[in-house]
Amino acid sequence: MCTYTTVTAPMSGSAKGPNGSWFHVTDATVYFDHPVHAMAEHTLNIDLWSSTPADPSRGPSARVALELTAASARELMAAIASALESVPEALKL
Amino acid sequence: MRDLILVVNEDLSAKTITITSGDGSAIQAYSVTPEGEGRAASRGGVVLIHHLPGYDRGQKELARHVAELGYDVVVPNLYWRQAPGASPDDAAAAARANGGKPDTELVSDVAGAAAHLRALPTSNGKVGVIGYCSGGRQSVLAACNVHLDAAVDNYGAFVIGDPPEGSGMTMTGIEEQLPNLRCPLLGLFGNDDKFPPPADVDKLEQILTANGKTVEIHRYDDAAHAFFSTERPSYRVHAANDGWARIAAFYGKYLAS
Repeated sequence: MCTYTTVTAPMSGSAKGPNGSWFHVTDATVYFDHPVHAMAEHTLNIDLWSSTPADPSRGPSARVALELTAASARELMAAIASALESVPEALKL
Repeated sequence: MRDLILVVNEDLSAKTITITSGDGSAIQAYSVTPEGEGRAASRGGVVLIHHLPGYDRGQKELARHVAELGYDVVVPNLYWRQAPGASPDDAAAAARANGGKPDTELVSDVAGAAAHLRALPTSNGKVGVIGYCSGGRQSVLAACNVHLDAAVDNYGAFVIGDPPEGSGMTMTGIEEQLPNLRCPLLGLFGNDDKFPPPADVDKLEQILTANGKTVEIHRYDDAAHAFFSTERPSYRVHAANDGWARIAAFYGKYLAS
């Protein structure tokens, strides 16, 4: 199915996108739906993109896309949480 | 329905064109036209509505299949306004991030595509619509709002009922519009589908029948969502083959002459 359900979150950071160029990331879109490339009927999809691109001519192509199986997405969530928890207290913001 | 001959025209011409949406906007579209001696001099047209994941290769393959049945087919690029020139997956991501395709724009785009098809010198004046997944819902929506002669809904969810609360999408259920359906409807659904579930398919059929509409629903066991998609694990050959035969017969009845 097309689940329609789409969760968005503001971001601040950078991503390496098409043609190996970096861009500023302002937004994340997260949804569980049909993948374009992954061999699964549904995947947890993450788009990292910029709503205020430095180069507007790049338009929607300034995007990093992930399509992860549900199990992989949970592993990624755990890995991110673990990495953040392991940060020395002096460096935590 | 194994005895139907599904391929009428093996020779096709496919190209990218620009059409005018019903609201006057110029949008990109994929056009497929029967070629060769086997084609009818006067024939119907079909507007194919691509699914939420975009104006992609799989949807264009479906358009060529419909054209093989003997119809001029146009696939409007629903995301052209938001992401002109972007790859289909990038355009779909941008459209999703902005709440999806507004229903008013969808109706305009289908109306414009239908007008384009009726203006072709080969047109017999009949135009149908077909959509898969989210396009199935939009096919029903278009058939309630646009002058069309036959509509096909392939497993469209949220015709009955709304998307989940907080889905981030702008579209809603269109149950209240069903009494306005302007043409016969063919619906093809998998019994293992959860969106739409069989109960919603039953309700769709009941509402249209109660309103005196011409509706033909087929349900397939051992098939869930997207059983027509040959490039996905959900592909179910028994359902897809029978479905194509049903589409050929339905359009043959309402569009061919």
